[in-house]
Amino acid sequence: MKSFLQLIEIEFFKIRHHKLSRFLFSAYFVLLSSIALIAAVKLKIGKLEIHLAEQGIFNFPYIWHFNTWIADFLTFFLVIIVVSMVTNEYNYRTLKQNLIDGLTKKEFVLSKFYFLVVLALLATIFVFVISLILGLIYSDFTSSGIIFKDLYFLPAFFLKLLGIFTLIMFLGFLFKKSAIALGFFFIWTIIEGIIYALLRWQLFDEKTASTLSRFFPYTAMKNLLPQPITRLSAAKNIGKQIGEKIGEFDGIPILSFLIVVIWIGIFVIISYKLLKKRDL
Amino acid sequence: MPVTIAIIGRYLYIRIFLIMQNILKVTDLTKKFGRLIAVNHLSFSIQKGRVYGLLGPNGSGKSTTLGMILNVVNKTAGQFQWFDGQLSTAQALKRIGAIIERPNFYPYMTARQNLQLVCKIKEISGDTITEKLQLVGLSDRQHDKFKTYSLGMKQRLAIASALLNNPEMLILDEPTNGLDPKGIHQIREIIKKIAAQGTTIILASHLLDEVEKVCDNVIILQKGRKIFEGSVKDMHLQNNWFEIKAGDMRRLQNLLNESPLVSQTENLGNIIKIYPAHNDVTGSDLNKYLSDRKCYVESLIKKQPRLEEEFLKITT
Repeated sequence: MKSFLQLIEIEFFKIRHHKLSRFLFSAYFVLLSSIALIAAVKLKIGKLEIHLAEQGIFNFPYIWHFNTWIADFLTFFLVIIVVSMVTNEYNYRTLKQNLIDGLTKKEFVLSKFYFLVVLALLATIFVFVISLILGLIYSDFTSSGIIFKDLYFLPAFFLKLLGIFTLIMFLGFLFKKSAIALGFFFIWTIIEGIIYALLRWQLFDEKTASTLSRFFPYTAMKNLLPQPITRLSAAKNIGKQIGEKIGEFDGIPILSFLIVVIWIGIFVIISYKLLKKRDL
Repeated sequence: MPVTIAIIGRYLYIRIFLIMQNILKVTDLTKKFGRLIAVNHLSFSIQKGRVYGLLGPNGSGKSTTLGMILNVVNKTAGQFQWFDGQLSTAQALKRIGAIIERPNFYPYMTARQNLQLVCKIKEISGDTITEKLQLVGLSDRQHDKFKTYSLGMKQRLAIASALLNNPEMLILDEPTNGLDPKGIHQIREIIKKIAAQGTTIILASHLLDEVEKVCDNVIILQKGRKIFEGSVKDMHLQNNWFEIKAGDMRRLQNLLNESPLVSQTENLGNIIKIYPAHNDVTGSDLNKYLSDRKCYVESLIKKQPRLEEEFLKITT
């Protein structure tokens, strides 16, 4: 059984020469860096001038919440890399060739999964660094206690990304065609929304619906990065009301992390089982 | 007591000696796709150092069989053993090289890069790449992307890829499929070169003269069953015949029908077809028999059926 490093090396080698993936990867990091540009935005509404950076979006610790949430919008770029790295192996029939050359099905799935871990990790580290820099520049508070508060948004970001990646990887194995895998993914997110609506409006109430739907795969991942907008005014006011609770935000429950970890495990395992069962 | 030891010792020696010769042993291998039985209780063994042809019309189960032994297709029943059970399939795959169906590589990578990847998967160093590229004549195109390759070049690259680990056995599934005569000739020469180095080869094909020209042994499949296993020579010997002409055709035929050398004759007008009683009957035997009886032959030709005709005969 090949080692983690060997499998990662194989995967990186395959992607290294793939122009589309390299482009998407670069584009992701370039765009991520441009979060910094939000700092430069000055809105003029009538006589009112709002300089966003002054509003406190880059204040510690709020910046961790805000930046991870914003960065998440760019995840789609990476999703395309993930889906193509699985479906290409079917299109080029290289999956078969890899197996004949001696790669086991288990090693094949693991090499893809390990790569996803590294990808999610790179993105997370990058967001961390960008946020740290922006925070140090713009934040009104820079004591080390404040800087490293609420850092849990970063592992949340990492897990959300990894969750989405493994889900997409599984869909790639299932459907073998990138368009269908992605299409199904979007439809699935809508289906989860519909089921939630049914639970909430038709069958139960809001509380039960939320409790049940948090176990759905995509919803669970979404719950890892709740939207930060409603906290924004509170962040602005923190200077005036030190000691008050920051907005109405209680952090991300541990259960949310756990559910996503389990879904990640499930998707990796059923990808493997699917591969084993199939006659290529 | 020493006699017993000697007997047991000799038995073990023979067993072990024979064991070392079997690179692959297939027993009762079966594959069903729903109700269709693609491979039906197939058994054969592949011995070291020989060139085997796996022959059969399209749909006879060749590719499915190869798929099963290479762990790409799940078997329904039966078993197969690599290196006499000494190695698992995963380990065995590192010591053999195989190409199935079309050559499959990453189109956006160059030939060299594709081979480098195969080396990583096989866990060998990339030192042999240059040599193998040279062997198949692709050295000057090694830095071109795979998608720019013609079919012949793709096949050749596939062979190079299968040879990277200097395998003990090479499995080639229809390696000359879709090639023009020049390409076919090139591939055949490469295969012969490899065979001369002692590599065991399984060549799956529906092209009979290809198998005839390159292989020592042949296994013929039809509808998933083995209908013949033996040497190519054996296949030929099965059904020789002679074609003979003499002045007095009627006398000739009568004499022949009386002869113990002949099992049957057939008068085709200007020649008589002779089916010999057994495979060892030579033209000289017939000639002597007839001249002893003062019947002089005008022409006598020994005919061997083309493998094609054999094949068609066996499979219909």
